[in-house]
Amino acid sequence: MQRSDDFATRRQHLTGLSEAELEQRFWLLADKIMQPLVDLAEKHTSPSIERSVLLRLGISSVEAGSLVKRVMELGLLGKGAGHVLIAMAKLNNCTINVAAEKIMTPEGGEQMLQHFKGGKR
Amino acid sequence: MDKLIKNEKINVTEILEGLADYRPRRKGWTWRTKVPHQVINSLTYQQTSQNLTQSIPLPAAKHFGGIDPQPDCVITTEIASGRFEDDIRRMRMAAWHGADHIMVIRTAGQSHYDGLIEGTPEGVGGVPITRKQIRASRKALDLIEDEVGRPINLHSYVSGVAGPEIAVLFVEEGVNGAHQDPQYNVLYRNVNMYRSFVDAAVAKKLMASAGMAQIDGAHNANATAREGYKVMPELLVQHALNSSYSRLVGMDPGSICLSTVPPCAAPVPAFQYDLPYAVALRELFKGYRMRAQMNTKYIESDTREATVTHTLNLLISRLTSVDIQSTITPDEGRNVPWHYNNISAVATAKQALLALDGLLDMVEIKREGVLGTRVRELKERAVLFMEEMLDVGGYFNAVEAGFFVDSGHYPERNGDGIVRKSDRGVAADTIVPRDTEYFAPVCVHFGYNNVPAEYTTACQPTAGCTMCVSEKVAYIDELDEWDNANRRMSETAALREQGLIKPEVEWAGDGIVNVQMFLPTEPRLAHFSALELARQMNLVDPQVIHKQVMQQAEGTFLEVKGKLEAFVDPKTLRLPEEEIVLSADEVRADVHANPLRIVAATVGQDEHSVGLREIIDIKHGGLEGYGVECHYLGTSVPIDKVVDAAIELDARAILISTIITHADIHRINMRRLHDLCVEKGVREKLMILGGGTQVTNEIAVECGLDAGFGRGTKGIHVTSFMVKNRRERGLK
Repeated sequence: MQRSDDFATRRQHLTGLSEAELEQRFWLLADKIMQPLVDLAEKHTSPSIERSVLLRLGISSVEAGSLVKRVMELGLLGKGAGHVLIAMAKLNNCTINVAAEKIMTPEGGEQMLQHFKGGKR
Repeated sequence: MDKLIKNEKINVTEILEGLADYRPRRKGWTWRTKVPHQVINSLTYQQTSQNLTQSIPLPAAKHFGGIDPQPDCVITTEIASGRFEDDIRRMRMAAWHGADHIMVIRTAGQSHYDGLIEGTPEGVGGVPITRKQIRASRKALDLIEDEVGRPINLHSYVSGVAGPEIAVLFVEEGVNGAHQDPQYNVLYRNVNMYRSFVDAAVAKKLMASAGMAQIDGAHNANATAREGYKVMPELLVQHALNSSYSRLVGMDPGSICLSTVPPCAAPVPAFQYDLPYAVALRELFKGYRMRAQMNTKYIESDTREATVTHTLNLLISRLTSVDIQSTITPDEGRNVPWHYNNISAVATAKQALLALDGLLDMVEIKREGVLGTRVRELKERAVLFMEEMLDVGGYFNAVEAGFFVDSGHYPERNGDGIVRKSDRGVAADTIVPRDTEYFAPVCVHFGYNNVPAEYTTACQPTAGCTMCVSEKVAYIDELDEWDNANRRMSETAALREQGLIKPEVEWAGDGIVNVQMFLPTEPRLAHFSALELARQMNLVDPQVIHKQVMQQAEGTFLEVKGKLEAFVDPKTLRLPEEEIVLSADEVRADVHANPLRIVAATVGQDEHSVGLREIIDIKHGGLEGYGVECHYLGTSVPIDKVVDAAIELDARAILISTIITHADIHRINMRRLHDLCVEKGVREKLMILGGGTQVTNEIAVECGLDAGFGRGTKGIHVTSFMVKNRRERGLK
């Protein structure tokens, strides 16, 4: 878009504002623009977020990378990769490191799909 | 190695060992401890912080008892040569000059790397940020901060498509500060906008949990736009959006630092823009922190021009406020910064901030008038910018419409802004809605988390996550046998083990030297002549890195870098003996027991008297103060008059001062003095000494004198020499 500087006309509604009112408006607008993005973030996750969860569970970055790929293949990222991992460990009564290996196998994948009653085959 | 020793190199090989067990000693950012009205060596400072226990002061400090006051704000230096093992040594040098914020730029391409990089591969234009690299850097900084006596903050970037993982890594490893601004990802790294903001919320919450300082990325708009100062309204908006988003996800404004750059440089009347902008920013962002960056946009190869721009930027910092004073090296326009240019930049900041200490107690910003009008206008333009963003449907629509980094002065639009589409970009279509049963069994997680009621904490199912139990952190040492720090260091092992000395600017043994020359010809011919001359100096791969015309026909100043494939083995080097200065008491006692008479004069056609008088005068701690009987003959004294006076007075020493060096007259005078003393048969019983700004001991001895004294000489040096010399020679 091309537009010449129409500041003088565009600003008319701001002329009556005190400095404090103008500053308050500045912050109200910023928060209004950002709040929907915060809401979006509240309700979504991403491969990086899920890898960050696995790292926090003590999984190495290399393993976290392949695990999240696997969880995405299974269509279970929306359940949480860490959730999938601890569910696997609980079901098989094993450590999360052993569970991580199991998830990579076809049988392990099937077990998770059944457990979570969702995802994709 | 549990402690660094001033005169010993830091052992990087040892730093790289045992990293699997290394744990950071603290988390979070550390500000300097301010000391209001601090008195240092009878000088009162208004804006300084606690002194260091060891440091290197500004050169002029030698006139003031060697004091090294530390400004109240944190001072940053950016160190990232591509090989962090070499950067560690530079970090130590910078800390000694007063840097307490070490910012490590990431290697090119890391922001598009989908995951963490491990090991210690070499970087390009920065360092691959990895767990091992951070541990080694942090471990070294622990030693360095103990050595200088002040906490040092380590800093890098939480951006790109692996933001949340990098944030976890940084929290686990005690990284103290980071850049985090999803707008930067979107605009400059073309990371998908949804992904960028969704990831950022998690990353910011993690950073906040560890008390890390966050720096935003708004200054890039200034660097990217055609005329940087026209994007000032947008800069305010970018700062506001990242600040607002950060605050809304739980970050404390006191940890949110605005990366702000004075947008202009001369010949623009810079302060007419920069000062109202700086004032508007600080008024709008009360309670947030100011990270004052220096201008890079207009820097090219002239380090002098860069330093002046940066000094003026520092004046803006002191006229308004600054929490973190960032520094840009004067060579940034030419190359990846060299060791000593980091030090120059840090010293420029320290020098200017100290000189301007207490400025606002004496002058104040004239808030009404032209500045006030401009401040108001900037705020209004920024408000209008955000109103229009909402009119078009919010942030994502505004980015799609090219609102950002347009070269027009908003609301003017030139239609050249950066356009990004919401369904495009790196990692497009990768965010996934969290199901009702979404569960992240870890602490410090942002957003919806359906923690089963049976657990009191999210990480209970695994008996603690790495946020709670640091022993759980998984450590990978190296993944690449070839591309790692140990292999690179093995190539330069000989230099370290045999103590060989080879020039370097970035990396051990890089051999790079910089030669300055003036060539009396036009720039193009000068350029190629300089390269040829450099080859004749045996410099490999010479490159002209700076060229400035003095006058089109009369000449050009150039700087030429090249590689010098030579080194020095100190074992084969013969160093002149270092003069050991006797104590004042010993000298005084000796002269008292055996009186010493001397004659002194400035010789030849030379009217300079100050230097010699300072050496003699009791007021300046000169010879008289040690009981030496001095006969000062004046200036422009012929050599034979000096020798005659010495004979007549039966003096034991002659001191001549020779300042003028035109046509080597200083050497001629010194030689003539020696010859005349020999001729008159008095050389044996006389100590003859020369002094002057261009005189060195080596030159004087070469000319037949007993000693020479140059810049920085004090009376004690000369008296001590005479006392020792007459002892050695048995002179009565």
